[in-house]
Amino acid sequence: MQPILEVKDLSISFTQYGRGTKQVLLPVIQDLSLTIAPGQVVAVVGSSGSGKSLLAHGILGILPYNSHMAGEITFLGQPLTPQRAAAVRGKEIVLVPQGVTYLDPLMKVGPQIRKGRRDQAAKAASRAVLERYGLGTDTEERYPFELSGGMARRVLIATAAAATPKLVIADEPTPGLDARSAKRVLSHFRELADGGAGVLLITHDLELALTISHRVAVFYAGETVEEANAADFTAGKLRHPYTRALWNALPQNGFVPIPGAQPGPGQVGEGCPFAPRCPKGRPECLGPVPYRALDGGLVRCLYPEGGERP
Amino acid sequence: MSLEAKQLTFGYRRKGKEPVLEGIDLTLEPGERLGLAGPSGRGKTTLCKLLAGYERPDSGLVLVDGRPLKAYRGICPVQMIWQHPETAVDPLMKLGDTLKEGGPVEEGLLEALHIQPAWLERYPTELSGGELQRFCIARALRPGVRYLLCDEVSAMLDLITQAQIWTFLLDQAERRNLGLLIVSHNSPLMERLCTRVQTLA
Repeated sequence: MQPILEVKDLSISFTQYGRGTKQVLLPVIQDLSLTIAPGQVVAVVGSSGSGKSLLAHGILGILPYNSHMAGEITFLGQPLTPQRAAAVRGKEIVLVPQGVTYLDPLMKVGPQIRKGRRDQAAKAASRAVLERYGLGTDTEERYPFELSGGMARRVLIATAAAATPKLVIADEPTPGLDARSAKRVLSHFRELADGGAGVLLITHDLELALTISHRVAVFYAGETVEEANAADFTAGKLRHPYTRALWNALPQNGFVPIPGAQPGPGQVGEGCPFAPRCPKGRPECLGPVPYRALDGGLVRCLYPEGGERP
Repeated sequence: MSLEAKQLTFGYRRKGKEPVLEGIDLTLEPGERLGLAGPSGRGKTTLCKLLAGYERPDSGLVLVDGRPLKAYRGICPVQMIWQHPETAVDPLMKLGDTLKEGGPVEEGLLEALHIQPAWLERYPTELSGGELQRFCIARALRPGVRYLLCDEVSAMLDLITQAQIWTFLLDQAERRNLGLLIVSHNSPLMERLCTRVQTLA
């Protein structure tokens, strides 16, 4: 089956000014590969600042002017050029953005969902889509500042779902929602997938991601360190030490913080970005670490858990 | 000695609309960790705004150690950490300057929050939500502050950072004998953090 989205060796970097007029190139995403088949929900899980949102913006072609993108993105079998991205975004590829600040503060919710159309059909559609996400018709007449955090988020999702897309990119769609609404919202993404769309779910909420995803890619400091089936998590079949640390930091799994912070862009060498914090880190981890297949998944680690020494 | 809300009623100004909060009572003791739960849209954030003095109640009282909140001068003893840090900082100011607005930051606080010195020179759009939230926490932890209202402060953070930030906040709360009001939708998190939970129905 033809995949909906194929990302191959994607790298994104930014040009910044260093001292004076000297320009520096700041790599933020390195060699990211990802495939989404029709009907599949693929979650990209990673900490804040790991470059998750940039991945979404890269696919949509809405990166800022001082950025560079290398690698291949294929959408429905055709290369996704900037021109094509501009033509399909908002229609075939939709984004559910992360921040509630993406709503126009001076426009009522109804017109925002209808994207300016005023006919009866558009009105009926926007009403239906709001109702689907548990929002009353009075929501249409409200301005974004009159919505609670959770309601604003549902409005963002309603805006995206109103377009019947082929690929949904959801950038952190659940923070601020109560557990029931969050599950309901995620089940709507799963419904979109069951209807044949591909869903790229970008999130830091591992627990919720696991409830609807088929595959999970774990992102750390701009690199994918592991790609696993969702079932591998509960089965304890994790490969990378970072994934393990993430799992152990869940409030119900020990709430164990590991010290240190994720290295920022430009601070990552060619080795494993997690090596300085890794309990099993060794000097050779700072050298090249290949991304290789292991036991039905992929891992970027020299000494993966449950793996043979190479 | 406590933060008390007495019969708070509040509505945003719209004709013919029900108030968001009606007759809410709440007591938060120093050293206590009170959880505030409830579905979205029930006024959890609004209640925090009333308790921190950002909004005035239509009726009812907010008392800090027996005195009305508005009688306090200088830095408010009740500080709120917001759900969306990107809307709680000035987008046109470098974060170092944003921090300075609240006065000098205590020694060691930035290190404990894993704030890197280079971030002080950046603008809010150049940092992620989790990184911004650390600044908001550092800004709220002033010497005279007695109560912290944590409105979904870790909802946008990854698990390891969430565990780090809460370990930090619990440690600070214990050291300063702060009362914490914790708003969250994550029930395993609430179970782990809170000494008591109140639900807004």
